[in-house]
Amino acid sequence: MFLAQNLVNGVLLGGLYVCIAIGFSLIWGVLNIINFLHGSLIVLGSYIAYFAFVYFGISPFIAPLFIMPLMFGLGYALQRSVLNVVIGKPVLITLTLTFGLDLILNNLMLWGFTANFRRVVFEHPFPTFEVHGIVIPGDRLTAMALAFLLTLIFFLLLNRSRIGRAIVAVRNDRDAAVLMGVNVKQIYAITFATGVAFAGAAGSLLSVVFPISPINSGILLGKAFVICILGGLGSIGGVVVGGLALGIIESVGAMVAGPEYTVLISFLVLLVVLVVKPSGIAGKLGYE
Amino acid sequence: MQNAQAHSSRRQMTANVGFAALAVLIVALLVLPHYLDNYSLRLATTVFMYCVLAWSWNFIGGFVGYPSFGIAAFFGMGSYVGAIMLTQNMIPFWLSPVCAAFVCLVVAALLGAPILRLRGHYFAVASLAIGEVFRELAMNWTALTGGGMGVNLPPLRSTFGTDSQIFYYMFLLLAGVTLAVTFLVARSRLGVAFRCIRQNEEAANMIGIDATRAKIIAFALSAAFPGAAGAIYASWVGYIDPSDVFDIIISVKAPVMVLLGGVGTVAGPAVGALLYLAFEEIVWRNLLQFHAAVLGLIIVLLVLFMPNGFVDASRRRKLLGRA
Repeated sequence: MFLAQNLVNGVLLGGLYVCIAIGFSLIWGVLNIINFLHGSLIVLGSYIAYFAFVYFGISPFIAPLFIMPLMFGLGYALQRSVLNVVIGKPVLITLTLTFGLDLILNNLMLWGFTANFRRVVFEHPFPTFEVHGIVIPGDRLTAMALAFLLTLIFFLLLNRSRIGRAIVAVRNDRDAAVLMGVNVKQIYAITFATGVAFAGAAGSLLSVVFPISPINSGILLGKAFVICILGGLGSIGGVVVGGLALGIIESVGAMVAGPEYTVLISFLVLLVVLVVKPSGIAGKLGYE
Repeated sequence: MQNAQAHSSRRQMTANVGFAALAVLIVALLVLPHYLDNYSLRLATTVFMYCVLAWSWNFIGGFVGYPSFGIAAFFGMGSYVGAIMLTQNMIPFWLSPVCAAFVCLVVAALLGAPILRLRGHYFAVASLAIGEVFRELAMNWTALTGGGMGVNLPPLRSTFGTDSQIFYYMFLLLAGVTLAVTFLVARSRLGVAFRCIRQNEEAANMIGIDATRAKIIAFALSAAFPGAAGAIYASWVGYIDPSDVFDIIISVKAPVMVLLGGVGTVAGPAVGALLYLAFEEIVWRNLLQFHAAVLGLIIVLLVLFMPNGFVDASRRRKLLGRA
């Protein structure tokens, strides 16, 4: 029973983790950039959702509707102005650059919002369900459902829209995509912006479940790393597998070893997967 | 004939001038602590520490060309090895960097074998993850490390000089050793192997270079010296905790300093270390609240506008010694 409860917790958490990592995986897969900013961008999304909730009473479950376009704009501008310069450069350059950008954004958030933890507290708390003795909190369930809905939208965007097909084409074969008339510069900017928009949406959903603070960004970034390596780059399926796997590993790991060991366990798993099977559980070339 | 003679005697003279300048520099560095106030002495000590980190990173990141972000892992591990051994009174102070370097060397060699098979982004992520694993271990192995509470180290109380003078000489000595090893490696067969791997690993293997062995040596070297630096640092500041000594920024600082000075050279990292500390100090003194943001900005500008380093490639060859 105890194990079942932990598995359910893991899946609930895993749904959110999928949402955390999907933009990170897209940017890494298509632009070949490890986006160190990702954690801070998620936190930024959480703050926008928090302030929208406090000042305008907008539920963080609806907030992605305006957070995503906002973050898309930010991502587009960032890619066009700064990141575009280092496209195709070695990882040393790109990772160092995004690390520098992360220092800036995180410092600004610490200054603007302070390090105090904030929380979205609903006036009418969500009901908690109980099925065969397993407790399922309503807010987490809603957050997970929305996370999966976002993932589905992401999947449709990549597979059904012209721009999505162009993104996949650029990932598969950049030169061939150019020959087919794809504007690669434009696609890079749109891809990065989409990744940032999904970071914002993930932040919005997370604000309901976890406390918000700029000092969380490192933890969130670490999770994105683990999920991408675990599931493998290059597919939405990989992110879903990786996210759910991390959620379950953390919940069961907390049960077996204690909650303080979850980060250690997840990074050990990351190292083992990297060494044994660097392509992850479900990694592949195309971004489908 | 006369021309050649004149040429060789001029070379001889340049070499003599070079040695004389080196001797003057060494003497100056040795007597410097007696003329500096505590603040300047601290800055000078930090420069040597940064030089050690930059030269260490240069082994794996510069010569071999593997994008390591693992300096913090071994700096942190070294500082904990030193701190634990000193607080348990197992060894005298001067031995702690030696022990820390040895432990880091062995651990890095063992970890290097599996992770050095990875390349590019995957190697970068693996080296980052090692630091995270070490930090979490230090955080949770409370019986050994004191966990998040950190470790307090005893002051030196030496008869040879004030504590700050002794730490200055310790870091000076360590920087000297690191530099000497860098020179030896750069001029040896191993250095040739390193550069071959950077240019084309498959080709290096083909002409009979044991690339795996060379990479493991480079990785172990780039772990041993930060380990020793960590051990001295722990005694110097007197208190360490996991979030301080395993901070990712240490792992980024090292390559940034090397980028600032010029990748793959002997003197470049030292120039970079000096420049970086100058930036850092100006920012710390004037913009305490925004120091992280401004450092971030400096990193961004550096990467965008000076990806080849401060010392331009054509001049690097003449002035700073080819490596």
